[in-house]
Amino acid sequence: MFFKFSLSLSLIIFFLGLLYKISNWFRYKIGIQEVEISASRRFIFAIQGILSTLFSPRILILLKSLILEVILQFRILREDTLRWVMHMLIYGGFTLLLLMHAMDKLITAKLFVPYYSTLYPFLFLRDLFGILVLIGIGLALYRRFILKLPRLKTNRMDLYAILLVIVIILSGIFLEATKMIGYSDYKRMVEEYSGLSDPEELRALEAYWVKEFGTVSPNLREPFDGKLLDKGKELHQSSCAECHSKYQWAFVGYGTARLIRPVGTGIDRAQIPLFLWYVHLLACFGGLAYLPFSKMFHLLSSALSLLVNSVAEKKRLSEPNRMTRRALELDACTHCGTCTLRCSVAQTYEEIQNTHILPSEKIAAIRILASQKRLSEEELRRLQEGVYLCTNCYRCTVVCPVGIDLQDLWFNVREMLLQKGFPEYLVLSPLSYYRGLMKGETLLNDYQTPLLRAREAILAQCGLMKEKERVIPLTPPDSQFQTGLGLSAQAKNFSVCFGCQTCTIVCPVVANYENPQEALGLLPHQIMHATGLGLRDLAFGSNMLWDCLTCYQCQEQCPQGVAVTDVLYELKNLAIRYVREKRA
Amino acid sequence: MTEFAFFIGCQIPARLNQYESSARAVLNRLGVELIDIREFNCCGYPLRNIDFKVFLLSSARNIAWAEKKGLDLLTLCQCCYGTLKKADSIIKEYPSLKEEVNQILKKEGLRYYGRAKIKHFLSLFYREIGLDRIKEKIVRKYRGLRVATHYGCHVLRPSQVVEFDNPIHPSLFDQLVEVTGAESIDWQMKLECCGAPLLGMNDELSMDLTLKKLQSGREGGAEFLCVACPYCHLQFDKVQKRMLTQRGLNHPLPSILYPQLLGLSLGIEGKNLGLEMNEIPILAIESALYDLHREGEKEDESK
Repeated sequence: MFFKFSLSLSLIIFFLGLLYKISNWFRYKIGIQEVEISASRRFIFAIQGILSTLFSPRILILLKSLILEVILQFRILREDTLRWVMHMLIYGGFTLLLLMHAMDKLITAKLFVPYYSTLYPFLFLRDLFGILVLIGIGLALYRRFILKLPRLKTNRMDLYAILLVIVIILSGIFLEATKMIGYSDYKRMVEEYSGLSDPEELRALEAYWVKEFGTVSPNLREPFDGKLLDKGKELHQSSCAECHSKYQWAFVGYGTARLIRPVGTGIDRAQIPLFLWYVHLLACFGGLAYLPFSKMFHLLSSALSLLVNSVAEKKRLSEPNRMTRRALELDACTHCGTCTLRCSVAQTYEEIQNTHILPSEKIAAIRILASQKRLSEEELRRLQEGVYLCTNCYRCTVVCPVGIDLQDLWFNVREMLLQKGFPEYLVLSPLSYYRGLMKGETLLNDYQTPLLRAREAILAQCGLMKEKERVIPLTPPDSQFQTGLGLSAQAKNFSVCFGCQTCTIVCPVVANYENPQEALGLLPHQIMHATGLGLRDLAFGSNMLWDCLTCYQCQEQCPQGVAVTDVLYELKNLAIRYVREKRA
Repeated sequence: MTEFAFFIGCQIPARLNQYESSARAVLNRLGVELIDIREFNCCGYPLRNIDFKVFLLSSARNIAWAEKKGLDLLTLCQCCYGTLKKADSIIKEYPSLKEEVNQILKKEGLRYYGRAKIKHFLSLFYREIGLDRIKEKIVRKYRGLRVATHYGCHVLRPSQVVEFDNPIHPSLFDQLVEVTGAESIDWQMKLECCGAPLLGMNDELSMDLTLKKLQSGREGGAEFLCVACPYCHLQFDKVQKRMLTQRGLNHPLPSILYPQLLGLSLGIEGKNLGLEMNEIPILAIESALYDLHREGEKEDESK
């Protein structure tokens, strides 16, 4: 009754959860296109896409991906053998347990006659599969907590998943062990199946079971004499052996039973087996109900993502299907950290403490963004910085074991966030190169706005730029006036500039304008001078600073050896830091 | 056989497969073995605008990985080259920065010692393999082909740091082009920037500068630009293609990557050099090639 009720309940929750999660794939929106596409339209598009793939030669590609990538996990193997072993142990062992043990009435019992869970080979296989899972979990814990891979993060979802599997397997093993030694179970079985009533016979059978099966009897103690055992064996053969193979076959359970034997009577009296049965059952059913909302959902979403990835050529996918794919991918991420391990800019996290720099950590925040739930302004800014701090090298996408087109996600989320109106100073770096390249291929709304916004945000902190007529007093406004702006030693020699203007004359940017001062503000030699005088506003606020090519013509040709380009580089760093602090 | 840690950076594997494949083919032909280090990260170039320390750390980590494997670094990109060289020289000069960087690298079991050398593949060709050895391997030459050789800023300047060639009158790359029989022309804006560093930040300015270079090259009579940097090539190829409509350019000046130019001359097949992957077609260049061997026979006959 309890079993049926809890199973039905967890199945209902499981299926409702599944529906909810799958409906999200059609509702969540990540895409730069502004056109509204309804969930139902996206659903129809997806069905059309699936059907047209299934009834085309591309089904062969799907099959190949199903075998190599989904079942055999070749993409993980390609990355890391240890991880592949770990994952195959957990997922292989668990799947086999599910099919052979959990669904034994539906599958095993129909395939094998006679089937009893206490018969060899089932007795042995169950323990074998269980121990495979445990070894896999051990490897997972080793990777996460002992090996300490650089920047591999463990979040709550990862812990819950590991914990759940541990509880299921350990409760199973202990349940098996306590049942092996349990006297009440033994007695019940004898009453039900043996039909014995003669006390002598009962004693003989019990002695045999104590000796051979490790039952802990409150009445009998070893050693027993040979005759009694022979008699017991005879009775065992006729009444029990048909359904009971030697318990030694269940090597893990049997070993555990041996260990807890000394306290066997107490365990039985306290009804520990019943308690463990509840724990095991609730953990399994709870896990089932929780599955759509947990990391374990990846067993469906990641498989789908791999299949979609195998047949979806970017240019052929329609926009509604692209949006749906992105939403599916957010669920497909297993937080395995491969992308972060291979990320070209993950090392910057050591200096810039923003976890959203790490690709594997961005996904969770993007999921919230896609669900239209509110992210705090601070969160949005950090995510925006995280997705912008990317060289678009595609490495994450190439290595993702579940085939997520991460590059496409970053690109779309980046553009979505840039429209939200928070200035992003990283747009003023060559990280924008990719955006510039993409402008020719994709229609970017408001391409210029984020660029102007960043410059305006900087200019807003440079009051002097607005008061061009103002006479700057000769007396220093602050102590930094004469010491310059505190650049690092390599860029400190701006003070030896004697204003010969060579830097400005050779600058190709200056040469590009008929009226350079109007377009650029201070010119290179003037910026050197302003820096020497500590006139921060003029140095930071000049377009020249942000339009510098870093071609090093100025620095190469400076007769005084001023590191002009390096000074400009560092002024940019200082300006960004200064404006950020001012705005915070 | 010489071994190098092959530092291909971010742009090449993502956007210029033909640069990687042609460079591998050519280097292989010349007996250079390339070791791939998957742990390499961004050289730090785009990060210089943002944070000095981040840039230093990024470069230092790459150098430390090469050192861990006991290799020198070989780059195909002027910006990677300039950035790595710059960081290397700063860290060598300031022990406190070295200490700071090493504190962070220690977490990954890495250490920057400053022993690994950073090399651009052009200078490897010129200084280590040498023109003579390249000449020996050449089986086909270009005839009457006029090429505008584009050096790229970050290998030339700041010269004290990058130590590549004479920054005012460089000739290394020209000689490498001429070894293939092509003529490396004189052109006014040879040493100027391609404009790529500002693409995405100030597109108009970026394209203004690109346009000037293209015009100058054409005025000098060039049929092709020859480059050895992914940024320069993307600018002269992909961006120039866009400029054809946006800026009303009539005739493109196609850009060929140096290993493509040299590769053809070494007898490597065009498809292994990814010739067809350039956006502005360069296949016509093959018609300027003649076979050295057959040419020799003809000369013998006429005698």
